[in-house]
Amino acid sequence: MLAFLIRRLIQSVVVLLVVGAVSFGMFRFIGDPVNNMLGQERTQADIAELRDRLGLDRSVLVQYAVFLRNAAQGDFGVSYRQGRPVADIIAERAPATLELAAVSGVMALVFGIGLGVITAIKRNSWASSAIMTISLVGVSLPTFLIGILLIYVFSVQLEWLPSFGRGETVLVGGWSTGFLTQSGLVALILPAITLGLYQMTLIMRIVRSEMLEVLRQDYIRFARARGLRERSINFRHALKNTLVPVITVTGLQMGSIIAFSIITETVFQWPGMGLLFINAVQFVDIPVMAAYLMLISVLFVSINLVVDLLYFAIDPRLRIERAKA
Amino acid sequence: MTPPPVLSVRNLVVEIPSRAGISRPVNNISYDIAPGEILGVVGESGAGKSMAGNAIIGLLDRPAHIASGEVWLNGSRIDNLPLEDLRRIRGRQIGMVFQDPLTSLNPLLRIGDQLTETIREHLPVTAAQARERAVAALEEVGIPAAAERLDSYPHEFSGGMRQRVVIALALCAEPSFVIADEPTTALDVSVQAQIIALLRRLCRDRGTAVMLVTHDMGVIAEAADRVAVMYAGRLAELGPVRSVINAPRHPYADGLMGAMPSLSIGQRRLRQIPGAMPRPSKIPPGCAFHPRCPRAADPCRVDPPPTILDDPQGRAACWFPLEHSA
Repeated sequence: MLAFLIRRLIQSVVVLLVVGAVSFGMFRFIGDPVNNMLGQERTQADIAELRDRLGLDRSVLVQYAVFLRNAAQGDFGVSYRQGRPVADIIAERAPATLELAAVSGVMALVFGIGLGVITAIKRNSWASSAIMTISLVGVSLPTFLIGILLIYVFSVQLEWLPSFGRGETVLVGGWSTGFLTQSGLVALILPAITLGLYQMTLIMRIVRSEMLEVLRQDYIRFARARGLRERSINFRHALKNTLVPVITVTGLQMGSIIAFSIITETVFQWPGMGLLFINAVQFVDIPVMAAYLMLISVLFVSINLVVDLLYFAIDPRLRIERAKA
Repeated sequence: MTPPPVLSVRNLVVEIPSRAGISRPVNNISYDIAPGEILGVVGESGAGKSMAGNAIIGLLDRPAHIASGEVWLNGSRIDNLPLEDLRRIRGRQIGMVFQDPLTSLNPLLRIGDQLTETIREHLPVTAAQARERAVAALEEVGIPAAAERLDSYPHEFSGGMRQRVVIALALCAEPSFVIADEPTTALDVSVQAQIIALLRRLCRDRGTAVMLVTHDMGVIAEAADRVAVMYAGRLAELGPVRSVINAPRHPYADGLMGAMPSLSIGQRRLRQIPGAMPRPSKIPPGCAFHPRCPRAADPCRVDPPPTILDDPQGRAACWFPLEHSA
């Protein structure tokens, strides 16, 4: 178990180093930043001085090491566009994205698992068929289209919900939250649905097919033959057995909810990290892009690690097999 | 006076409707099982043995269903009960042991939890009492250090041990009737005998009636009191094990016994029954066995055979049963 954990941690570090190299590579790919920073009226001495100050005269490997060291301390440099430290800008934007992602994620999990179980248990009812058909829409429609459709129906036609922004936010210890105001909560509804719909339908379809598979197993038959209640059979005996593959997919999907909130944030002008990233791309704001890339990779790596640990919590068989391996 | 039977099956018919028509994997079978008695049910794969067991406990997979006939358990009819009432009977009055112990235990739940859940479902006991009962149930099936093993998961047991756990689970609410569906087929030969002996001892001690479904005549000879030979969904012959083995009356039963190897010296070549059992959808008219029967004559091809009841202990369904001089 411990050996497994250590091995996974080492793998995670390798992944992060590679992503770091890509982020770092972006700076060099764009060309010599000195040209952009100094403008037309510059002397050779200015250039040399700035190169020395930025450390650009040193070897690539040394520069990479410095970049990594700074990144590990949360220092991603200064935004070209805003002239402020990238870490501050991201910290400012993170709550918006994280709150949106949390609401979408919880929604996707609760409805995805719930509907998946229901459509598996009552697989011949018309309601299940209807849910399955509608879920095809969620799987196949692109996110931006769903967002625009929702805005059209609920904001433009019905005028029930706001079409953009976070509403009013309250600062709680440096964290700006939209959970505490009515307009903040209302503003969350459409983006959260847009962001979570694909994940929800995906989770639902996986839970359903896994559940159908598990319900055919001998131990479910045996549980029935022992006269256990349907509720216990479905939720205690069957659901738990569907969770290992479900967690794998769900974990990755939770990562993508944050990573790919870019589209939803753009559609709803949601002031989060995704929107920050899109704006950074438009202005070639490399430090922001690099920081975003690193942040997302850290996120994915940690989620993968958590997923692996969850396997152990759920399936006792792995505790032995993995420990042996 | 013989005690009233625990289980009575009367003219049970299971039908599976399909596009090709209705097939009857269980066709008009009747038998009783007395308290403490073990009735062996033998036949080839697809003869309807397991299907009959599933019909009795109400676990037929749709679209299979009981089309007619009655199942009585301890004097009350159970084949027409609502699902919820049937659920209360399962586990409490009818226990069931499945074929493969590797797949019949939930891999993610501790065996203690699986036991106590079953016990508390059926008996009015506290969690602590249920745990005590679970330990007792494991001890009874011969699991060493039962109290510690409660917290083990199924994969921590060997195949034979798992089948013991399955038996403990099936018997933990003390049912009066147990269906053992091929309980030893998936096990090592050396373990088979132990499991059969265990099942036999537990049922004798408690007076539990057992329906032992198997295709292994050796298991039947060892464990059962009476044997029912099934062919193509019908009961070919029913009688005490000794008389069916030594003096079968139905030609099919005779064929089965002839195909059974024995350890006696001077082993002759095993007889075989020509052909194969028809599929449930293609059962010939008259006696289902007639195309393969050495004694078949005209009546066999037209009308279903009469049931011969001249022996109080047994019966056979045949136009031309074998005669055995006493």
